[in-house]
Amino acid sequence: MFSPDIVIAAVLNGLLTGAVYALVSVALTLVYGVLHIINFAHGAILTAAMFAAFFAHQAGIDPLLSVLFIAPAFFALGYAVQRWIIGPASHGDDRNILLVTLGLSIVIENVLLAAFRSDTRSIDVPYGFSVVDLGFVFLPMPRVIAFGVTCVVAALLWALLTRTDTGKAIRAVAKEKLGASLVGIDVTHIYAVTFGIGAACLAVAACVLLPSYYVNPRVGTAYVLVAFTVVVLGGMGSVPGAMIGGLLIGVVESLSGLYFGESLGQLGIFLIFILVLLVRPTGLFGARA
Amino acid sequence: MTGPVNTSPRTSLLAAYGPILAVALVLALLPLATTANTVLNAMVLALLIALAGQGWNILGGYGGQFSFGHAVFFGTGAYAVALLQSRLGLNAYLAFGAAVAIGAAVGAAIGFLSFRSGLRGSYFALVTLAFAEVFRIVANASPWTGGASGALIKLDMRPENFQFASRATFFWIALALVTAALVATRMMERSRFGAYLVAIRENEDAAKALGVNTFRVKLQAITASAAVTAAAGAFYAQYFLFVDANIAFGTWISVEALLVPIVGGLGTVFGPLIGALALHGLAEATKALAGRLPGADLALYGALLVLAIAFAPNGVQGLFNRLKGGFSTRRAA
Amino acid sequence: MSEPLLRVEAVSKRFGGLLAVDAASLVVEAGGITGLIGPNGAGKTTLFTLVSGFEKPTTGRILFKGRDVGALAPHERAALGVARTFQIVQPFAGLSVRENIAVGAHLRHPRRDDALGKAEAVAERVGLADRLDAPASGLTVVGRKRLELARALATEPELLLLDEVLAGLNPSEVRDIVPIIRDLRHSGVTILMVEHVMQAVMSLCDTVYVLAQGRMIAEGPPAAVTRDPAVIEAYLGHGAAARLAAREAAHG
Repeated sequence: MFSPDIVIAAVLNGLLTGAVYALVSVALTLVYGVLHIINFAHGAILTAAMFAAFFAHQAGIDPLLSVLFIAPAFFALGYAVQRWIIGPASHGDDRNILLVTLGLSIVIENVLLAAFRSDTRSIDVPYGFSVVDLGFVFLPMPRVIAFGVTCVVAALLWALLTRTDTGKAIRAVAKEKLGASLVGIDVTHIYAVTFGIGAACLAVAACVLLPSYYVNPRVGTAYVLVAFTVVVLGGMGSVPGAMIGGLLIGVVESLSGLYFGESLGQLGIFLIFILVLLVRPTGLFGARA
Repeated sequence: MTGPVNTSPRTSLLAAYGPILAVALVLALLPLATTANTVLNAMVLALLIALAGQGWNILGGYGGQFSFGHAVFFGTGAYAVALLQSRLGLNAYLAFGAAVAIGAAVGAAIGFLSFRSGLRGSYFALVTLAFAEVFRIVANASPWTGGASGALIKLDMRPENFQFASRATFFWIALALVTAALVATRMMERSRFGAYLVAIRENEDAAKALGVNTFRVKLQAITASAAVTAAAGAFYAQYFLFVDANIAFGTWISVEALLVPIVGGLGTVFGPLIGALALHGLAEATKALAGRLPGADLALYGALLVLAIAFAPNGVQGLFNRLKGGFSTRRAA
Repeated sequence: MSEPLLRVEAVSKRFGGLLAVDAASLVVEAGGITGLIGPNGAGKTTLFTLVSGFEKPTTGRILFKGRDVGALAPHERAALGVARTFQIVQPFAGLSVRENIAVGAHLRHPRRDDALGKAEAVAERVGLADRLDAPASGLTVVGRKRLELARALATEPELLLLDEVLAGLNPSEVRDIVPIIRDLRHSGVTILMVEHVMQAVMSLCDTVYVLAQGRMIAEGPPAAVTRDPAVIEAYLGHGAAARLAAREAAHG
């Protein structure tokens, strides 16, 4: 057995990792909730954003600063991809949307692979190895920052969805597409905005991840599979579900890594994922359909 | 996306199976035209993908259940044929048969769990993807499967070991497997099972109301689908005498297995074969033009997937038929 | 009298807080046409989904030929001889008319050729013989209704549940379909139909049940039921029966 201090440290570290999972998952669940599609290109977009943050850092801009333009750029990119590629290409058929996003993810991932090879790159930031001392446990600074930024983004997202007209339109489309279009909401535009918000969230996640992590053309895959798990666990389309689910998975991964070793920690996530899909596909917090 | 109207009623046996045999015969002549190993190797790989894709097509094309993780069946077949020989000393041909059966059993198990839980659409795609990843991680970590260094089949080049000096022999065996899959698919199209499977793709509730046991039909479909794709995996391992987890359970094979029927014509007998030949022809051409850029071929496949769905929902065959239809209408006018 | 073909005994269905069907009972005698009418939202379609097995009743029993079928799946009930049509037609859009009907025919005809032959015969009966090779997606509204009927018939049912087959049709189309339904009854198929087109209910049905807010409020011959004050109130609101009677008295 491990001493309580080690277990508590693992839980706290899990929460820090879980915050980034939550951010990636919120983006996925938001897109699902509104467009009713699973965006299989989610991981590839995250990877692309991490490369963007990487090269911004090469040009001398810290990720915490570059996020201020990478996030808007990815919003625009996400908007464009949904409006001019996914939407028209899939002819409104759900199965087609699945395949189109899968195709996009393959393209993005492999173009990155062709351009940057499979080398793993990481960056050095001044705060890279700083820690926050809580007295009984040291927490790495970059992940504490990531946790803080995630909280800020979650608050902003909540405000956007509940306080603004666009947010209300997004929620209207999520609930009843036809009704929303009848009252004059431009559904195509809202779809693209939602997809853009999802991409922007991924850009934020990329910028806070990079200082404590690394980037290679396949790095997004690991995150997106975790995000799928979180989203299913939290109930497809539920934003609070994704937040809680993300934190939970972070802790589960951290603890199972502690007890079973790193590579099997990932296996644990998949097994939870399959189990949840099979036993309760509406999620732990979702209503039974 | 729906397949074109197929299963034309009461076609004669010749009309149903003649084209398959004709195509098989023409392809069988290829080794007489060339002895270049690179050409034969490329053809063997294309046929292998056609076979894997034919497996996917049964479940995805005819049944409308889109799997994103057919690598789980391909890899099961590949590992089974390798491990049964290297660990248990089984004869290669017996191992091949057993690998197909084990693949089918894995398909039945995954199908039982998924379909009993009522998973469809995105959920089914996700769960198959997750199963493929679980198998990949386990195969990559377990000492029994050789861990990260993979599993080898001992080189002992004798026909009784399913090992041949000539690529042409492998080519003919691959062609025979593909032909058998084409014939089986055609038989399925002309059977009650095929009609029920297509009905489920088109409208599951309506099928239930007409007395279709949709759970059982889907279960049979995924079992058959897994068996065919496992045969492709087993052949792969036997051909290269080597498998590792990232090849056998990798995303690439899940993607190619679904891509070739979509490009060639979803839910049609020849779709996967046409798609595989077209894609691999294209991939070879880009290699010649762009050199061996890592990922370039997959990037191209991804783009083709999007383009195929956007502009050719019935695949290359559909595009061709549409053009043909356009001409004949013009002639009639 | 012998056991009726279908007996629904005090069946209820609850969706969360909503009691969609509340202890409803009905009896369908073999060989007849029984109507099920009621205002929108009365629970008619829900009752159909319970009889056809797409939903399981919360309480109560459903007996087909004396056998409790309440736990059986839809395909098992179809095999016993219960077929249904859908209010919102559900064609296999990518298939031809012939292939659509053949799916139903396969229930009793495992061989492909037999099923396709049966499909042609059924298409003849419902007036789709000239559309056999057309894609189902290309049919008109009335064509789709005919197809819905044909597919159900192809399963060779003893009990046919028709969910508003006449809805959405114009009067001349209604006149085309009504004789087909009458003809089915003469060929020995028992029919339970949900219908809003009252003229058709009056001319086709032997017995009519009226469902309102999930409860069975009346039953009897169509002419008697439509004069029942409870039924008039269910359709037109509280006090309507009295007002109508008063108006009739004033005019008379």
